[in-house]
Amino acid sequence: MMLKSKISALPGPPQPFDKILNDAGQIILGKHTEIRLALSCLLAGGHLLIEDLPGMGKTTLAHTLARLLGLQFSRIQFTSDLLPADITGVSIFERDKSEFRFLPGPVFAQLVLADEINRATPKTQSALLEAMEEGQVTAEGQTRPLPRPFFVIATQNPTHQIGTFPLPESQLDRFLMRIELGYPDRSAERELLATGSQRNRAEALSSRISPAELPAIQQAIAKLHAASPLIDYIQALVDATRHDPAFQHGLSPRAGLALLSAARAWAWLDGREIVIPDDVQAVLPAVARHRLRTAQAGGQAQMEDIGRLIRSVAIP
Amino acid sequence: MSTRAEEALDRQATPWLFACAIATALPHAAHQAYWLSAASLLLLGWAVGLWWKNERLPGRWPLILLVIAGCGGILIEFRTLFGRDAGVAMLVLFMAMKLLELKSRRDAMVVIVLGYFLLLTHYLYSQSIPTGIWLLLALWLLTATLIRLHGGASSTRSMSLRYAARLCLQAVPFMLVLYLLFPRISGPLWGLPSDAHAGMTGLSDTMSPGSISRLAQSADIAFRARFVDTLPARHKLYWRGPVLENFDGTTWRPHIGQGTPAALDKLSPPVRYELTLEPHNQRWILALDAPVHLPEGLLLNATLAATQRQPATERQRFQLAASLDYRFNVAEDSRTLQRNLSTPRESNPKARALALGWRQTSGGPKEIIRKAQDLFAAEFTYTLQPPLLGQNGIDEFLFTTRRGFCEHYAGAFVFLMRAAGIPARVVTGYQGGEFNPLDSHLVIRQSDAHAWAEVWLDDQGWLRVDPTASVSPARIETGIVDALAFDEPLPALVQLRTDWLRNLRYRWEAVNNAWNQHILGYDPQRQRELLSRLGLPETDWRSLATLLGIACSLLVAAMTAWTLYQRPRLDPALRLWQKALRQLARRQVHCAPWETPMALAQRVREQHPALGEPFQNVVDAYLRVRYDDANDNLTPLREAIARLRR
Repeated sequence: MMLKSKISALPGPPQPFDKILNDAGQIILGKHTEIRLALSCLLAGGHLLIEDLPGMGKTTLAHTLARLLGLQFSRIQFTSDLLPADITGVSIFERDKSEFRFLPGPVFAQLVLADEINRATPKTQSALLEAMEEGQVTAEGQTRPLPRPFFVIATQNPTHQIGTFPLPESQLDRFLMRIELGYPDRSAERELLATGSQRNRAEALSSRISPAELPAIQQAIAKLHAASPLIDYIQALVDATRHDPAFQHGLSPRAGLALLSAARAWAWLDGREIVIPDDVQAVLPAVARHRLRTAQAGGQAQMEDIGRLIRSVAIP
Repeated sequence: MSTRAEEALDRQATPWLFACAIATALPHAAHQAYWLSAASLLLLGWAVGLWWKNERLPGRWPLILLVIAGCGGILIEFRTLFGRDAGVAMLVLFMAMKLLELKSRRDAMVVIVLGYFLLLTHYLYSQSIPTGIWLLLALWLLTATLIRLHGGASSTRSMSLRYAARLCLQAVPFMLVLYLLFPRISGPLWGLPSDAHAGMTGLSDTMSPGSISRLAQSADIAFRARFVDTLPARHKLYWRGPVLENFDGTTWRPHIGQGTPAALDKLSPPVRYELTLEPHNQRWILALDAPVHLPEGLLLNATLAATQRQPATERQRFQLAASLDYRFNVAEDSRTLQRNLSTPRESNPKARALALGWRQTSGGPKEIIRKAQDLFAAEFTYTLQPPLLGQNGIDEFLFTTRRGFCEHYAGAFVFLMRAAGIPARVVTGYQGGEFNPLDSHLVIRQSDAHAWAEVWLDDQGWLRVDPTASVSPARIETGIVDALAFDEPLPALVQLRTDWLRNLRYRWEAVNNAWNQHILGYDPQRQRELLSRLGLPETDWRSLATLLGIACSLLVAAMTAWTLYQRPRLDPALRLWQKALRQLARRQVHCAPWETPMALAQRVREQHPALGEPFQNVVDAYLRVRYDDANDNLTPLREAIARLRR
């Protein structure tokens, strides 16, 4: 049925994601692309890193998504004295039963908001990042599975701020996407000032989807068709980063896979059953920027670097 | 397109251009005046320094001053701005100066083109294997730099080098066709400046004390010989050059003028051999004594020296034969004999007195000759470093210093003979040679240069007497290395006494010889032979040019066919899409290679609102069929494109 409809005239996100995008857009004003990227990231089954200055709405975005997706939610505020056990949980001795009982930490939730992750020490950071990678937690010699689905939305302050421990590349690689929110535009800011803080409104949101539906949607997205010219395009992009002297090193094969799954989710949110180069170009900055370091300054790749990368690769 | 030539040169490209300048100019340092090389090096250092510190390049006026100073220096050095040496010097200097002007891509292109031209100039000086290899590498570097300049910062070093290597390899078939079929020219290159052959080493046509010992300190190869049958005994290998009859007290010179043609009695069967003469810018051939059956174009003069009409400015090959035992001009005309008896009046009185004494006391010429040989054998030393001699050089040599090289012995001997009334003259040339067992060639170097004497006796004609053989028999029997002491300044290459080193040298020279004989020796004659073997006898330059054209066209056609065959078959959907893009291009909408169809549709909608909807349909249909492997229905796309045209 969809095959016959025109790509440019598709109805948009399938139910109920049009509503989810709409609701979130009313909380986070003027950030439709970022919301869409964040949602794609979660639909592709990846973890999301939001980086920006304090007060830009990072936490509100995470909060909103958790509410809308109806996920069981927990929030960890990372501080420099946070310990790994504060995340994974501890065993305490129960005197009546004379045995140890494991008290699960905040990581045992479907959506974990790790706030200001780069304010904790590397040891604590890696406790969370291991949980992200493995989908399970090993504490006191026992391995406990984490709930499904399991998402982490981490926020971090720009690394040049005081009191931050920058995440190493190997851990950054575990986030499917990294997005920046940036300042709102004039009209959005005005509306924000008029209506007041959106945090409380986020609390009042009701879920649009039940967590049980999510895995089926994720599977459908993972099966979305990517034709060989599109695979060629992704390969050419990844290959170009490896030969571009502007970058210290190229994208890893894992990054290539991430690019493809993110592009699939983006296409799905468009209501399309095929992935086209526009999807790849749309998600490329969010997927690639935190995985590339520029050769000159040594920092993370800038938007201009990604733009140049796109312009250097012909679409097959 | 914007004017790319005016674009600023990117910083990373500059080291490539420095490398190009060095690669193309460096070999010229071997033969250029030192100040030129030093000046080029200074300019290069300056340019590199400015680049390193990222400073501004000098402005227009300093550069103009530099150009004027450079041209002035070349004018003073060469007295002209034209000709081979001055021209090349100017190019090298300008190459270095251009490095101070590397501002835009245009400047970089000038360096590249100048580099390609400089490559060519090296062949005016040397056509050896190392030169060839160096220039091939330089060609590769230049091409890679050109690719790098066009590719911009995104083309990496290895990519440029690989691509350049592929381009160079693709040129090889054309190179071979041109080499085989381009009309070969005999004689010097057209228009080669007249100074191109100056400074070649070789025998000169005069002899004075020191002239041959100087030559003997060079390891350059004078010529090679390959004997058809067996190699003659070493002491019979006298290669005759100019014969010197006139003596002014210090210098021996040849007699200018016609004599009676040489009359030769062959006393042994002829020995046939092939002689490959290195260019020495003189007319003599250095044939083995005594030459018989000269090939066409060579002359035998009255003194039995083989010559040709033009100086040897390039490598030549001759098929020759020699009779090792001979009798020559038994009936010599009296004018010649008279000339060969004369000595400068009042010079060298002691030597003259000695000879007169011999004449009065001895029975005949043979005894006088033996007395002279005995004298040399007794107390004389054979050396490359004889003391300097004054006005009466022969007296000093015979009675005081008693140290000398072959020219001293030959000169003194001839003087003594003439003073004793026996017609005698000096013969210069080469003696001996080194046999390379790897390619069976006899190699004769400048260090084998030699001078000996000829005396004329009744009934026997001109008879060879080598006074050096009396002083140092080893020189004639085994060669110059064994005849001289260890500390003599012979070139190291000649002196090699270690077996494996000597073997290595044999191998290298055999390779060089093969290169000379087969690659550089491909002359019009050989070309004719090759073509007649291919069934094309009687070729003039016109038919050669036609053949060349046909061969090149065939090559181009074959390569094109191969490339087309190799090119992956275009997806039919993509072909239709390109058709649509061509229609857009006619309406001045151009699609960048990286631009997605959707983005393009958006742009079309903005630039040509009327076209927006039809083109969006094309894009939709294209995306449907291109990005869906399950869908190969091209009809919607075809229809959409057809609607676009309307």
